[in-house]
Amino acid sequence: MPLRQKDLLGLEYLEREEIELILDTAVPMKEIFTRDIKKLPTLRGKTMVNLFYEPSTRTRTSFELAGKWMSADVTNIATSTSSVVKGENLKDTARTLEALGANFIVIRHQMAGAPHLVARTVKASVINAGDGRHEHPTQALLDLFTIRERLGRIEGLKVTIVGDILHSRVARSNIWGLVKLGAHVTVCGPRTLIPPEISRMGVEVTCDLGEALADADVVNVLRLQLERQRKGLFPSIREYSDLYGLTRERVDKCKPGVLILHPGPANLGVEITEEVAESPSAAVHEQVTNGVACRMAVLYLLSGGGKPGEIAA
Amino acid sequence: MKLLLKGGRVVDPRNGLNETMDVLIEEGKVLAVDIAIDAEDARVLDVSGKAVLPGLIDMHVHLREPGREDEETIETGTLAAARGGFVAVACMPNTDPPLDTGAAVRFVLSRARETGHVRVLPVGAITKGLGGAELAEIGELRRAGAVAISDDGRAVPNSRVMRHAMEYASMFGMPVISHAEDVELSAGGAVNEGYWSTRLGLPGIPSAAEETMVARDIFLAELAGARLHIAHVSTAGSVELIRRAKEKGILVTCEATPHHFTLTDEAVAGYDTNTKVNPPLRTARDVEALRQGLADGTIDVIASDHAPHTAEEKEVEYELAAFGMIGLETSLALAVTELVRPGILTLGQLVERMSYGPARILGLDWPGIVPGAEANITVLDPDASFVVDPAGFASLSRNTPFGGRRLFGKAVATVVAGRLAYVAGAS
Repeated sequence: MPLRQKDLLGLEYLEREEIELILDTAVPMKEIFTRDIKKLPTLRGKTMVNLFYEPSTRTRTSFELAGKWMSADVTNIATSTSSVVKGENLKDTARTLEALGANFIVIRHQMAGAPHLVARTVKASVINAGDGRHEHPTQALLDLFTIRERLGRIEGLKVTIVGDILHSRVARSNIWGLVKLGAHVTVCGPRTLIPPEISRMGVEVTCDLGEALADADVVNVLRLQLERQRKGLFPSIREYSDLYGLTRERVDKCKPGVLILHPGPANLGVEITEEVAESPSAAVHEQVTNGVACRMAVLYLLSGGGKPGEIAA
Repeated sequence: MKLLLKGGRVVDPRNGLNETMDVLIEEGKVLAVDIAIDAEDARVLDVSGKAVLPGLIDMHVHLREPGREDEETIETGTLAAARGGFVAVACMPNTDPPLDTGAAVRFVLSRARETGHVRVLPVGAITKGLGGAELAEIGELRRAGAVAISDDGRAVPNSRVMRHAMEYASMFGMPVISHAEDVELSAGGAVNEGYWSTRLGLPGIPSAAEETMVARDIFLAELAGARLHIAHVSTAGSVELIRRAKEKGILVTCEATPHHFTLTDEAVAGYDTNTKVNPPLRTARDVEALRQGLADGTIDVIASDHAPHTAEEKEVEYELAAFGMIGLETSLALAVTELVRPGILTLGQLVERMSYGPARILGLDWPGIVPGAEANITVLDPDASFVVDPAGFASLSRNTPFGGRRLFGKAVATVVAGRLAYVAGAS
């Protein structure tokens, strides 16, 4: 069963079976990490363009490696935020990339729905690498993969997402994926950073971190954009850290075996202490590795690949 | 030449008419309204099975001339109006330059005389340059022909300026039309704040951004003892505030747009920028409140807020896209389909909301379909069904979220001061 759509715009648009197919496909992809020669011929002759309107190191590098290990030709275009405001036309850019032969366009953009506009404009497969506060599907896929790898399942787990839910595409994609796979999701953060009516997405909401951590199997800590403080959404970094920072003391009160995730890059000492981020409970570095495997799986499936067993050895 | 509208049902509640009658028109005026008029020398329009209504007025339209003739002109906008069944449109002053001087108002009226298909009623600016700081020369605007004042597209953030505008405009009998928006609360927003803004990751505009300003302006109207008209009411809370203000005798009126009483914010789901409008599409509860307000008369007027934009301004990222949608050529059909056919409004009430209501607010002499009156008449086929095809619009712009939608109710003739500005089937 391949994916139904030519694009990966969000987990919102995937069926549970499709998400599981991607996760299953990522397992043999990860195995490539153990090889001396990290190369699959799958995408030979295909061109992948990373079109990034926001600065990104790990997501862009992760996509780049995923493409290269599958033998695609990979090009990066870093476009500054200001050029969008100056009126650079996204549709025009998308058509240009298609004329240059792009088979995959991986787009990171500060505005929700930008990948949808590109997907409507071109025949190439469009992969959303983060659109505003909307979705970041491959981040959620790697989070799901990491949870499954560490804890063996997702169904029935209690997952708490902590931080700036309002502005977080990671939170939204995680919610879609986790709820579809049967987890119980709680979001936690200051009231000013919880978007309205988010409970309708199938999650519990609390502003009390202690309550949110009490019976969690997984805690996903979001990066705090420090500039939000200047917009009056919380009074100070100090108070945020005091109320919502994940510290050793707080982790000690969690269930034994709790899994801690962070999409990175972390503000160490703000939303999570270095001690926690580097502890055995945390999977911060595995997440990065798993990210490449999940993105390889997405590229493989979007290029028409079928069952995981068919992946060439 | 005489014009005879033959066999239609005249629906004119102010003149107690709701029956099949012929209407004879000569030299711009209604000559006779009677059963079976014979006039051998008249051009006869067979309108049997159709409704003959006092001419409809759209009191909230952006004609974009001067300044943005690539979006719309007075010629194309008024042709769209004629085809949509409107005999008159009030045009908003946020042109370039804005209608904040007598000269600018006279320019619009002069262009309307040269190129217009229907009557054009300019709305002057409240403040110079729509800047929200200093009052425009409102007396001069009135002398030039402005029917109301508004800084539409923007609120007047300063309460003192708004108070003085109301007091000053009342000297000339002009209403102040308020675009009610607290720009601090709405800043950066693109869609209604609620479940869909959360789900789509788009910055939201809360209902309170509108309601706080509706409440403020109601208090200011009470203080000034002056007439206030609230444009494009979109929330249940605003309807309730206006209902209570009217009960207290405050001189407030308001309008609702067809898109706000038809669509909810769920329409934004595919990031179609044609759904981006200010105020934003709200929730099902708000739609219900608008329909109730239209039914009980809290909402006086249906107006389109026709806001033309080019494809280039719309085929961009949702947050970058211009606010606004066109409505002149779908407004009447949406009112018929969404309000009249489900029984929310009678045809007579529709005439109140789309003809007498706006005429009263704008201070027009509007006697309806009676002998001696200027002949401003809309002939509606309430049962005609069609699929909205933006490519066929007279408007220069195509930014509507209703393309492909099946609607009922089509204007088949529009008579402006005795002249057939539009008749279906004619080229």
